[in-house]
Amino acid sequence: MLSAAVLIGFAVAALAPLATPALGARAGWVWALLPAGLATWFAAQIPQVRAGAPLEQAVPWLPSLGIELAFRLDGLSLVFALMITIIGTAVVIYAGGYLRGDRQLPRFYLLLLAFMAAMLGVVVADDLISLFVFWELTSLTSYFLIGYKHDKEESRAGALQGLLITGSGGLAMLAGFLLLGADVGTFRISAMLADPAVVQASPVYLPALLLIALGAFTKSAQFPFHVWLPNAMAAPTPVSSYLHSATMVKAGVYLLARLAPAMGGTAVWFWLLTGVGTATLLAAATLALLQRDAKRLLAYSTLIALGALVVMVGVGGPLGAEAMLAFMVAHALYKAPLFMVAGNLDHEAGSRDVTVLSGLGRAMPISWAVALVAAISAAGLPPMLGFVGKELAYETLLPHPWALAALVAASAVMVPIVVLVAWRPFAGREPRAPKAAHEAPVSMWIGPAVLATLGLGFGLAPDVLAQALLVPAAAGLVGAPVDFYLKLWHGVNAALLLSIATILLGAFLVLVWRPLHDALRTRFADVRVGPAGIYDALVLRGIPTVAKGLTKRVQSDDLQHHLLTITGFTVGLLALTAVVRGGPTLALPTVDGALHEFLVLALIVVGALGTASAHSRLRAITSLGVVGFGIALLFVMFSAPDLAVTQFLVETLTVIVLALVLTRLPSALLRDGEARGRSRLALVIAATAGAAFSALLLAVTQTPFDRRLSDFFDAASYPDALGSNVVNVILVDFRAIDTLGEIFVLAVAATGAYALLRRLGPRPEPEIAYAAPRGSADPAGDGEPSDAGTPGGRAADDGGAGS
Amino acid sequence: MSWLVIAPILLPLAASAVAFVLHRRPALQRGWALATTAATLAASLALLAEVSRGGIVATTLGGWPAPFGITFVADHLSAILVVVGAVMALATAAYALADVDAGREGLGYHPLFLVLVAGVHGAFLTGDLFNLYVWFEVLLIASFALLTLGSGRAQLEGGVKYVAVNLVSSLFFLAAIGLTYGLTGTLNMADLAGALRDAPPNLVTLLAMLFLVAFGIKAAIFPLFFWLPASYHTPPTAVAAYFAGMLTKVGVYALLRAFTLLFTGDVAWTHGVLAVLAGFTMVVGVLGAAAQNEMRRILAFHIVSQIGYMILGLALYTPLALAGALFYLVHNVVAKANLFFVAGLVRRVAGSSDLDAVGGLYRHRPWLAIGFLVPAFALAGFPPLSGFWAKLLVVLAGLEAGAWLLVVLALGTGLLTLYSMTKIWQRAFWAPAPEGLELRRDAPAAMVVPVAALAGVTILMGVAVEPFLALAQAAAAEMMDPARYVAAVLGEGGTP
Repeated sequence: MLSAAVLIGFAVAALAPLATPALGARAGWVWALLPAGLATWFAAQIPQVRAGAPLEQAVPWLPSLGIELAFRLDGLSLVFALMITIIGTAVVIYAGGYLRGDRQLPRFYLLLLAFMAAMLGVVVADDLISLFVFWELTSLTSYFLIGYKHDKEESRAGALQGLLITGSGGLAMLAGFLLLGADVGTFRISAMLADPAVVQASPVYLPALLLIALGAFTKSAQFPFHVWLPNAMAAPTPVSSYLHSATMVKAGVYLLARLAPAMGGTAVWFWLLTGVGTATLLAAATLALLQRDAKRLLAYSTLIALGALVVMVGVGGPLGAEAMLAFMVAHALYKAPLFMVAGNLDHEAGSRDVTVLSGLGRAMPISWAVALVAAISAAGLPPMLGFVGKELAYETLLPHPWALAALVAASAVMVPIVVLVAWRPFAGREPRAPKAAHEAPVSMWIGPAVLATLGLGFGLAPDVLAQALLVPAAAGLVGAPVDFYLKLWHGVNAALLLSIATILLGAFLVLVWRPLHDALRTRFADVRVGPAGIYDALVLRGIPTVAKGLTKRVQSDDLQHHLLTITGFTVGLLALTAVVRGGPTLALPTVDGALHEFLVLALIVVGALGTASAHSRLRAITSLGVVGFGIALLFVMFSAPDLAVTQFLVETLTVIVLALVLTRLPSALLRDGEARGRSRLALVIAATAGAAFSALLLAVTQTPFDRRLSDFFDAASYPDALGSNVVNVILVDFRAIDTLGEIFVLAVAATGAYALLRRLGPRPEPEIAYAAPRGSADPAGDGEPSDAGTPGGRAADDGGAGS
Repeated sequence: MSWLVIAPILLPLAASAVAFVLHRRPALQRGWALATTAATLAASLALLAEVSRGGIVATTLGGWPAPFGITFVADHLSAILVVVGAVMALATAAYALADVDAGREGLGYHPLFLVLVAGVHGAFLTGDLFNLYVWFEVLLIASFALLTLGSGRAQLEGGVKYVAVNLVSSLFFLAAIGLTYGLTGTLNMADLAGALRDAPPNLVTLLAMLFLVAFGIKAAIFPLFFWLPASYHTPPTAVAAYFAGMLTKVGVYALLRAFTLLFTGDVAWTHGVLAVLAGFTMVVGVLGAAAQNEMRRILAFHIVSQIGYMILGLALYTPLALAGALFYLVHNVVAKANLFFVAGLVRRVAGSSDLDAVGGLYRHRPWLAIGFLVPAFALAGFPPLSGFWAKLLVVLAGLEAGAWLLVVLALGTGLLTLYSMTKIWQRAFWAPAPEGLELRRDAPAAMVVPVAALAGVTILMGVAVEPFLALAQAAAAEMMDPARYVAAVLGEGGTP
């Protein structure tokens, strides 16, 4: 059942493109049945999970590597699964209204439902590799969701940035998973959690932790990887709302929480998580003050929450777990409605700029009400769940004053954020907006209204939530059973005092927001350093520059350069090998022989030198011919007349053909003008190559020759193969298939030559379309039908270069 | 003798002779090529089934026993590659129905293609070093003829570079064969495995380096790859796709064979060199791709980069690494050829595959977008597609071997691959179409079906990965234990 709950999402997603057009305006309501149904099913599992009996299911996937498609639903997974499905329900319904009439809505539902299924897969996977598969699927589907409005450059860039940043983190994470799994001998998460000592004692613990954390930090947009998240605001609002509240960015937090019992509790873990989380808190709080777009304001508030969550996972322990879970659920329940209300402003009033909008409360009363309820929770005021979560967070961080100070400061910034988003556009008498605003349709307020109300309800009765979900979930985070009761009111304690201080500081920030905002904007207007600048420098400019520079150096168009590189590399490799591994011992051959033999040798050497030093092709060809004839003479002298005859024939033909052809080739094809400067290097390389091959040959001929094959051919040629000429028998019988192959080589060469002559020769050319194949449009785009027989047709070749 | 071993060679070879005769009947030729490649695929599958059932199959031609005659051997490695080659041949033959113009057909496209297929399969199946050279020649000359078939001058230039560099490779290969024969007196690879063990080790290592260069040029590894990006973007799509899929893989196969069967005496050096070259190949190739602006040029550089992963698997030289290399190879052939097919469709639909000249394909041609996304994200290593497992296997093997730097390079290359694929996606598919671009309506079924089928294979290899992995592991086990290959060719004693 558990695997079905994950996989059904993909199946339904596949139906979405086909069925959505038929559903028309009801599409959102119909597709919402999937997450709603799943939420119901997950809710029904609460009793069993509370009883400490997680659901488990595993199917072998790559049994030879011990990789399984394994699922496990415990308390921690259940909280996340419920968040994903419940908020998913609201988002799907909302999207139906928000994107009503959009032509690409069918694709949108495909992606959204697949994204939801992938998220569910992440939070219930019990195998690191399975988890990674779903993890990457969330990256992939969110890429398409963020880039949904792909006609806009901003959307494409935002989507790519998210994919590249989370993708690189994902790769690090994969390395971490593989490292850890290979070392501890299992990819099963529950097995690692059951035996944390093995994980922490592993020699790869530290690298694995750092790599996995990198994956989690990029996904959860921790400093300095946070840059992609605000830019992902280019997504349609339902997507932003979903990504920020319950999914995507929560995946990193989930992974850290999931692995906390196995990997947590060490000093590295504590400092890594609290350090990065605190940095995120501070960076996000500062940058939030620069924003005036409602969605971007909310994006930075998400970063604040994510930083806080990572800090709390880092602190850990029963209290940390309790605080982290309450804080997270509260965040999900207020963030999704706030985004949706911001979307309503955009949709119904035509802008999200909070300095432009005001007085819309009368026109959009429900949206305003929802926004206010969610905002109170976001600001951490009673009687909301947000208050409970923040109090617990303060309590958790009391022993770590520096982190606490950062959280208090960041929480104070939440106050101006929510005032800007939930108060400023609505308050006032005179409606001010780019278009005549009116209330959003029911599909666009029902979801946020329910979620915001849940935030209120759980704030009034937090223990209901705690006993049903948070206590079992905290057990998953701590790795041991925990027990706690949640109350709204804790009496006057340190946390409450800090809350009061937060509100006062926040109120002060509200009062000075405008001058502060303007001052900061001027101050930071031209700043391009920092993580965003680094991303731009690295990805947008760095990769293309490095790539172009390197490619220019490496990939020359010059054939001589290629041959030089290849030969030089070969000689270098042989020399290096000989130096490192020892070369063969060479005995210098004794010099004896008749004078005419030395004369022939001298002829060959002169021919070779002549070829290398030739300045004209004709001279090179004739010199090469001298070498060939010299070799043929050697064959004559060493009693191989058949070889000699063959060689003479081949050489003669070669010289004639080359002389006819090579001298007519355009010079640019074989040599460019600057090549002359290289000729000295070429000579050195050629001479070294010659020497190297000579040495190899010498070494080989100094080993005794194994005559097994020669003896067999001699012996079997006449009696078995019925041929008296051994060479012929080898060619047509012993190794006949070689000859067959060479016959085909000749046939093909003839065909190829014929084709080239037909094409380039003086006779009319057969019709060939270059840029586009048979029957397609005119490639040159000049309106004429494709006709290769005309010069225009020839010019329009595939490479785009003219003839 | 077992005809099954040589059927994947003889079928296309014999059929090409028939196709030569039919050169005035293009319609007949097309059907004939399609039927031949389909039959070849059937024979290849039968061969793989036979190898999986009964182990390595060897046969000698003409009744001359090994090592005197020429042996053909099908182990898992060869049989798997032949199946892949046959799948690609069939897909290409189908795609060519709509993609190759009548002019090229009249000049002998079909027989040339069938000779090429025979050459590729011959290289995979032969158990004789010189015969391997012959098949290299066959596929080289056939590919050269196809590359320049109906060429304009600009295309001819790429073709000349292609053939010149490959002839140098042949020259090194031939020299290496001559030296090897002089040293051992044999050409049969199984026989050589033993003979090279007994030969002077430092001389053998030097010979290994020569073979590395000869095969490395074919495989387009760093720094020997220049010919590939210079030539692969010019021929018709069907040809380019088959080239992109198969030709470099023949070189990779030769490296896999040489450095698991023949040259295993000095692994620390030979495979160390391979590891260094693998690292450079991955990085330089992927950066080369990042500098390009035309789909097929981008894809051509990626071929180079991904060869690096396969060589890395070979260099690590563990059962898992070799299985990973082979799995990567198979995945890559399918995905890469498919991307070339898609690039051809883009040209068909939008009239160009230059990223500056096309756009809006996602909005207007969603099926084409899906056809691109599957192989592109497979190439970038995204789960649950084939490339993810390929990358995972190689990386896992690298981590187990402690090759940290190479793992970092492999993962970084994966990221840059993603960068290139999204570059194509963002510009050709997402960005609005440039002014005046009119998209054509028709996309012939002959071009769409191969794309869909290969995308299906990519997904299947990602989701139902275990059977494919099992085959790759069987091949790796054989590669790690060359005695099995030797015994299958020479009998249990290992000597004739």
